[in-house]
Amino acid sequence: MTTTDIPRPVDADPEKAVAKKRPRKPVSGNLRRAVPATTLLWILACLYGLPVLWFILSSLKPASDLFSYPLSLVPHNPTLSGYFQAWRSANFSQYFINTTLVCVITTILTVGVSCCTGYALAKYDNRWLKAFFICILATTMLPGEVMLAPSFLVVRNLGLYNSFTGIVLPAVLTATGCFMFRQFFLTVPDELLEAARIDGARELSIFVRIMVPISRPIMLTLAILSFQWRWNDYIWPLLMLNDPDKFTVQIGIQSIVGAQNINWSVLLGASVISMIPLIVVFLVFQRYVMSADINAGLKD
Amino acid sequence: MTKRASDVSASPPSPSRRRSKYTLAPLVLIAANVVLFSLFFVWPAVIGLVYSFTNYTGVGAFQFIGLENYHNLIGDSTFYNALTRTLLYAVLFVPLNFGASLLIANLLVSKHAKGGTVARVIFFIPWLLSPIVVGVLWRWLFGENFGLVNYIIEQFGGGAVPWQSNADLSLLVVVMAASWTWTGFSMLLFIAAIKNVPVSYYEAASLDGAGPWRQFFSITLPSIAPTSFIVILLNTINAMKEYPVFVALNNGGPGSSNNLLVQYIYETGFKRGQIGYASAASFVLMIILMAVAIIQLIVNRRVENR
Repeated sequence: MTTTDIPRPVDADPEKAVAKKRPRKPVSGNLRRAVPATTLLWILACLYGLPVLWFILSSLKPASDLFSYPLSLVPHNPTLSGYFQAWRSANFSQYFINTTLVCVITTILTVGVSCCTGYALAKYDNRWLKAFFICILATTMLPGEVMLAPSFLVVRNLGLYNSFTGIVLPAVLTATGCFMFRQFFLTVPDELLEAARIDGARELSIFVRIMVPISRPIMLTLAILSFQWRWNDYIWPLLMLNDPDKFTVQIGIQSIVGAQNINWSVLLGASVISMIPLIVVFLVFQRYVMSADINAGLKD
Repeated sequence: MTKRASDVSASPPSPSRRRSKYTLAPLVLIAANVVLFSLFFVWPAVIGLVYSFTNYTGVGAFQFIGLENYHNLIGDSTFYNALTRTLLYAVLFVPLNFGASLLIANLLVSKHAKGGTVARVIFFIPWLLSPIVVGVLWRWLFGENFGLVNYIIEQFGGGAVPWQSNADLSLLVVVMAASWTWTGFSMLLFIAAIKNVPVSYYEAASLDGAGPWRQFFSITLPSIAPTSFIVILLNTINAMKEYPVFVALNNGGPGSSNNLLVQYIYETGFKRGQIGYASAASFVLMIILMAVAIIQLIVNRRVENR
């Protein structure tokens, strides 16, 4: 429409160039709405990002600079000494392997089990299924923190004390996961199910062949949620594990916070290290989660 | 060929077979969760309920003392303090989180706001942090003598604000920290819901001359009602059982003024070894959470049927 220059090889984003050259008049209406919306969005983003930014920048300061006035946002002579000190002060590499192992196994189990349950709750109409749904909702009413003592006794009676199984198994059933899959499968039209039934597909193969593949966005979302929950679990592993070789990262951090005089330099370093895996996992998968078209392939 | 045709015509009209088929499939699908549910939920819940009628201290024998634990609980001022503090926290946290995440989700979905992809990541990152790290982070930010916030306030000529030693301010910091953490999650649910609203509704509305506010209140809000219900329910439950952030931020302090219910239960149960008494408190908490859920279910159903 507008006469643009001959596309230069540098111009990687021709759309942008066109937008810039577009005559002002028709844009101004959009612009009037774009400016406040964008400004508000970025003010909020700065508010939300600042605490983490301040935390990470502080962790790069040498211990002597942490409390020196005037406070500066950017460290004058950045150092990684806090990280190294934190890494050495506790058996952090072991904690990392332990936590990763627990997270991955629990996540796989949670996604599989929640998908099955959510599908059954959404697509079958039964009195006892409704009852079980209420039961699952009830698990959110009585969180693990509330039932620490009796849960501890149960897991100990099952012979799972001081084992990773004792951390993994009680964490597999999550109401949120079942809820998410149920809500998703409710949006899947029953006609799809009926059509497959008319074609003679068996119930379980309908589930495996049709329903599981279309629920992939939810699976990825729940996988990230679950990984995050388990990575950040603190109280239950602390109660369950006795052997320092089996400790998780959160217990490692808490041992620093729990000290009489908090060593902020080490604490900041350890906290930032513990944040890294989750942020990496999230940044790798965020495309799938954030832009997941939850209604994939099922328009109206 | 004829045989196959007869098969097809014979199988659908047998309702009893069909029903049994539909019973088996869901049963297989939920089997794993039923087992986990009975092992790690029903069993501890039953044990806990039994303990709540005893004077069990964690070791040795115990006696059944009837309703004495519950009786004592009614007259326990520490318990009342924990209960009112928890309710106050929920009343502050849930609307703040709901409003913030709905606003942000709308901004991110809107095509007018630029840079949404990056902003979305920024909003989501706090949710990835563990409650302990969140507590450490906000403690670092709101430290009375060394925190950035007080430093900025002092630069602008204000006095140091007692974020840690004033009980109400301390609660406020936790409310902010928790809303900050949970926005990413609620936002994600809202974004998915808003994106599922058919675009044709908005196109029709703007043809009829409805402005953005009208579109939001008449189309978006009613369309995402089921998601709003989930967000409010999950956040209320999260608020009622909040514990790690309080501990990491200020150890439920100053003193014990911000000990919420779960911390009260944890401390009576594990630190003082009164497992029976703590179990009774747990069941009071459970009844409150149940009531919240049932009220919200009823409200939700009424809104949806309207």
